[in-house]
Amino acid sequence: MFAFIVRRLLFLPVVIFVLSVLIVALLQFLTPEQRAAAYIRSDNQARNLPLIIKQYGLDQPFYVQYWNWVKQAAQGNLGFSKSSNKPVWDTIKERFPSTVELALYSLIPLIGFGVWLGTLAGLNKNKFIDQFARVFAVVTGNIPTFVMGIILLVVFYGLLGIAPGPGQLSPESQINQMINPVPRVTGMLSIDALLAGNWPIFWDVIRHLILPVITLTTVLNAGLIMVTRGSMIEALSQDYVRTAKAKGLSERAVNLKHARRNALLPVATIAGFQVAGLLGGAVITETIFGWPGIGSWGADAAARFDVPGILGFALLIGVITVVMNLVVDIMYAAIDPRVRFD
Amino acid sequence: MAATARAASLAQEKRETFWTSRAMRRLRRNKLAWVGFVLVLLFTLTAAFAPLIAPPPKVGNNCLRDLGVSEPAAVYNPLGGTFWRVLLVPPASCYQITRINFRPEPSPPLQSIQTEAGPVRPLLGTANGYDVWYGLVWGTRTAFKLALTVVFFQLLIGITLGAISGYFGGWTDNLLQRFIEIILSFPGLVLVIVITAILGPSLTNVMIAFIVVGWAGYARIIRGDVLKVRALEFVDGARALGASDLRLILRHIIPNALTTITAIAVLDLGALPLSAAALSFLGIGLPVGFADWGQIISFARAWIQGTAENRLAYWYVSFYPALVIILFGLGWNLLGSAVRDALDPRDNS
Repeated sequence: MFAFIVRRLLFLPVVIFVLSVLIVALLQFLTPEQRAAAYIRSDNQARNLPLIIKQYGLDQPFYVQYWNWVKQAAQGNLGFSKSSNKPVWDTIKERFPSTVELALYSLIPLIGFGVWLGTLAGLNKNKFIDQFARVFAVVTGNIPTFVMGIILLVVFYGLLGIAPGPGQLSPESQINQMINPVPRVTGMLSIDALLAGNWPIFWDVIRHLILPVITLTTVLNAGLIMVTRGSMIEALSQDYVRTAKAKGLSERAVNLKHARRNALLPVATIAGFQVAGLLGGAVITETIFGWPGIGSWGADAAARFDVPGILGFALLIGVITVVMNLVVDIMYAAIDPRVRFD
Repeated sequence: MAATARAASLAQEKRETFWTSRAMRRLRRNKLAWVGFVLVLLFTLTAAFAPLIAPPPKVGNNCLRDLGVSEPAAVYNPLGGTFWRVLLVPPASCYQITRINFRPEPSPPLQSIQTEAGPVRPLLGTANGYDVWYGLVWGTRTAFKLALTVVFFQLLIGITLGAISGYFGGWTDNLLQRFIEIILSFPGLVLVIVITAILGPSLTNVMIAFIVVGWAGYARIIRGDVLKVRALEFVDGARALGASDLRLILRHIIPNALTTITAIAVLDLGALPLSAAALSFLGIGLPVGFADWGQIISFARAWIQGTAENRLAYWYVSFYPALVIILFGLGWNLLGSAVRDALDPRDNS
């Protein structure tokens, strides 16, 4: 097990290396002047283009440029992100907790609803609830995230007016935050507000979380429902389920304790990868709902040619993905005693 | 004479076997597959005949000028060269969405708008001054152009590298597999965003980004299949008869590994335009004004709230693009899943 973890963690520097080489190599398709655009933040700088090219060595050969980047990165300097108007590392520290916050709130409805509907469908194969679950999964699984977000906003914010618009706080709370900010402890605003006992801010953040959470839940649920259903049907046909029934156990005990426990093993893998994806920033959901996480920052950096931002975002996603995939594998070994990594 | 008759009957037999093959019989029995097929067919026809369904306007883009004609009617004359040119190789300017005016506020479907070429009534209204109908119809053509090109090159690269990797093994295989692992270990959409962001917004760059990211999955599957097929006896037989490596790969191994790939490629054809639309929605993919679904629905973001009197005043800006995108995704998915199930050798129902 230990060797397995070490082997997988050794993959981390490889991913970082390949990603950074890829991005610096892609930049070589541009002219030095175009590369310099990534560093320009004011009119004054724009007038001194050759100076910027010289300063950052943008007319140097590829390996020199790459080495410059490595030297800077090794000192913990990932550059300045012009889209967030802050150094890349500070931006990540500020925004990552918000992404974790959104992922945490999405977790329970996502897995709870998917497993619940999938189990019901599996137990009632080909009955009405099963047909409903399958149609639901096909329909929601086929609506792209950005369309789902727009539909929810139009209906619940535009038409019914019961949900707030995009953003993390309503304008009144934003003013309150400016005058009397909630002390930053975890970086997740709802939890910080709770710790500070600031109920208005807490409720406001929760209200703004509802639509993004519904979007993520409906879009990601299709896979969970179908996998739970399939493995539930398979588990119900196993010998141990028949044995449990023959022992005279109640229907409920057989279904939930014997069949579902085993049926959940493949579900755990899917759910794990979905959580990993959520932590990697739900780029589209965060952008539509103006959620201040790393996903919306990455999209903004990409749209505004903020190269240090793009690089920092990509590397962060690479690290999160490798680490989370490892966590999912370890978790899987923990719940299924038959799985051993040797 | 006898030989041609035999060839003809063979050809007929072959055609019959395709239509009556197990996979096709399964596909034909599947009602959802038919729904998917009809939807996909409608979208295909829209893409192919976009210039006739949404003819280039006199004012709003440079399509007619680049075609060298002055009247939109020339597009409908199958005897003239314009008809064939705009249908087969339309100039790039035709993909530019007609800009009726520069008012950001949407105008409702069929409302008359005064332009310098006289009044027009855009069928689905305008968003940001762009003609929504024109954007959606030509956007369908963009979607097909993108999906077909990307899948073609992904297959070409994926099959070539996968076959080399699986057939020759050794250090080539090892190196390629490690490389593929790295690509696959990374969320695809993020990688596409990074590549497009750096290369700049254009259809070619978006296609390059999807090709760079997407071939790895195909290569991995082909490699696995090649390893499986390579061990079968008929391959040894062919080699004993003196077939070269290239002939073995092309004639014996790849055709036997194609079933899995076909199902994935069909699903990919439907998924790619939606991913590309997501990119444009984020403002990364295609240049502003390029006919593309993601861009049109991104205009809707500014008009989610209606007016004080009518909360649904701008419903059409989001409704039509959303409908088109959902139907497209649904159609391809129904067809793709049906093809996958029909080709699945494990399922004997």
